[in-house]
Amino acid sequence: MLFNIEVNNKQIIAKKGETVLECLNRNGLNVPTLCHMNGFSPTGACRICVVEVDGKNNLIPSCSHPVEEWMKIKTHSPRVIKARQQIVELLLSNHPDECLYCERNGNCELQDLAIDLNVREKRFSGKKNMHKKDHASPSILRDPAKCILCGRCVRVCDETVSVSAIDFIRRGNRMVIGTAYNKGLNLSTCVDCGQCIMVCPTGALYEKTHIKKVMDALHQPSLQVNVHFSPSVSVSLAEEFGFRSGKDISGLLIAALRKIGFAKVFETAFAADAAIYETASQLSDSIKSGNKSTMFSSCCPGWIKFAEEFYPDMLAHISTVKSPQQIMGQIIKESYARQQKIHPENLFTVSIMPCTAKKFEAQREEMTLRGITHNDAVLTTRELASLIKLYGIDMQNIEPEQTDAPYNLRSSAARLYAVSGGVAEAVIRTLNFMITGNEMDNLKINELRSSASRREYFIKMGRYQLGFAVVSGLAEARKMINEIRNGRSDLQFIEVMACEGGCIYGGGQPIGLSEKDIKARAKAIYEMDDKETIRVSHKNPGLTELMNKLKKQEVDGSPVMNFRTSYSKRNILL
Amino acid sequence: MDKFSRIFERFLNAGKDALISILQEIQREQGYLTQEAVNEVAVYLQIPTSRIYSIATFYDQFRFSPQGKNHVRVCNGTACHVMGSGKVLSEIVKELKISAGETSRDGSFSLETVQCMGACSLSPVVETGGDYHGNVNPEKMRTIIDQLRNQED
Repeated sequence: MLFNIEVNNKQIIAKKGETVLECLNRNGLNVPTLCHMNGFSPTGACRICVVEVDGKNNLIPSCSHPVEEWMKIKTHSPRVIKARQQIVELLLSNHPDECLYCERNGNCELQDLAIDLNVREKRFSGKKNMHKKDHASPSILRDPAKCILCGRCVRVCDETVSVSAIDFIRRGNRMVIGTAYNKGLNLSTCVDCGQCIMVCPTGALYEKTHIKKVMDALHQPSLQVNVHFSPSVSVSLAEEFGFRSGKDISGLLIAALRKIGFAKVFETAFAADAAIYETASQLSDSIKSGNKSTMFSSCCPGWIKFAEEFYPDMLAHISTVKSPQQIMGQIIKESYARQQKIHPENLFTVSIMPCTAKKFEAQREEMTLRGITHNDAVLTTRELASLIKLYGIDMQNIEPEQTDAPYNLRSSAARLYAVSGGVAEAVIRTLNFMITGNEMDNLKINELRSSASRREYFIKMGRYQLGFAVVSGLAEARKMINEIRNGRSDLQFIEVMACEGGCIYGGGQPIGLSEKDIKARAKAIYEMDDKETIRVSHKNPGLTELMNKLKKQEVDGSPVMNFRTSYSKRNILL
Repeated sequence: MDKFSRIFERFLNAGKDALISILQEIQREQGYLTQEAVNEVAVYLQIPTSRIYSIATFYDQFRFSPQGKNHVRVCNGTACHVMGSGKVLSEIVKELKISAGETSRDGSFSLETVQCMGACSLSPVVETGGDYHGNVNPEKMRTIIDQLRNQED
């Protein structure tokens, strides 16, 4: 039902059931928000979105108040502005005055509000928050002193990630956000996905940085420092350097990485081809042997940890293929090292990932070969951007370059890994070839390309009727697992990505982007797939060569790489 | 585990709403909420441990460490607050080096703040081991603590 309300002396159209904030935004009117998140239940905690309504004594929070027919609203009356200013002043009164040293300096919602609301004077000086930092997690750092208790991290961890690792502790002025028993994040159910970082308005949550580690390695003459970057990284950097969002800047990125001093630059996508090939063979073997059970994808480290924590009974159903990050790290330290006659100990491998959980994955004990870790440092896209800025590289004025041989080829299927649905699509293409011996008539699978949190696709390959599903966001994965537990058996492969939309919205991506920017990334990946010539992993000539070499090594009895891993139940607090 | 099933049985059909009642029962039996107990409740009610910890720390009534030999309860109700219970509390915190809800390392003292003991005419009120002390001020509080310490020796 539609009706008119009066806002700032003008009539606007309101819909019954929507909140005042939704109505204002739909009509192009902006009200500042802090605790509000689109698509999440409102809490009305921060009060920054208050508006004045005729006939109401108190200002009302627009994010949680439903719009009503009689309303006459003022969004920027002197009283409203004063109230908002005061809220920001109070938030700042116990906030550490460390902006210049803060991770989020220049990209902080609290800072922006203080600027927009013209807060120029310190009227209240309260006792500063003195909470200690939580360094315990291998991927995420919590600095509760900078927390303004908006609760966005708590809600995202509960509603989208569904692990509820953190919650409010105590109340009133003693309130903090923390884990159960206020222990380190490493002892909680945290799956390291980093979605809390993506929604944090201040510098209270950020990744554990490896920048210094990387720079130290770059300055060490005895080390050859190589780098590989994940499929989503080159479409997620554009905004940081003044390009239109979603633009693929692989060439420039490769050039920049060389200028920083990396010896060899590879794309993780090469290993994604290997992962697709391995996963498809595992799946094809299982299908051909008459096995009807479901196999889950294994590329997302957040999902793997989630399964180890909450669904140990599903571990046997997860593909044992290592993630592309780990396979690439291993290829560099094994195959490349052998070819170049360099001892792997003199190699330092840096991976660039859209993800904080990859930092956790890289340090898992399974991810070593004969005592050598596959990857030595993991940078998020955000860290990469600051590294490029640190080295003063002018991205607008450098010439694009190409990745290094022998891993310079990749299929466009491998780049689909960046998007939710892409792993399934890539696996289906190769699986179809393995089962039928032919390529699919149409490689593009539209059924798997929407942004819904669940997509399903059924296809006949040879004499097998097969089902595939894609879930994005771990809350959706829970629902799917329950269906499997309850006996659902029409699905042979399920792709799970912890972050909604996949790696293009991973927890290591630049903060503060709109939904439009994220969609532009997916579009860029899909357009690339339409245009390229090698569109299936099994046709990557570099991969065929590597696989042949591996087979030969196996026959020779010389040590071979291990693309498979294992999982084990984690004893955590529920 | 079986240890708590007797308590859980009493709240069979209440579901998640029974959380606070279950925690109260456990605290009544054990004197405080052990991590083991909270973990069991989490599994039983299918509520994340972090949420239970959040709810339990919201209320002053729940403790996560055993009570000390001397349990000191300081009233922080309106009347006591107006009459200076804050100063009394800071004195205790200074003297015992524990804050509300904590137990001293040697286990001799624990501290709790409560909202109104119904003895407002005596405010500020402090209760120790069943004894009610009225019109307490920081100095009087120190004497009370000294007496309790001497009793121990």
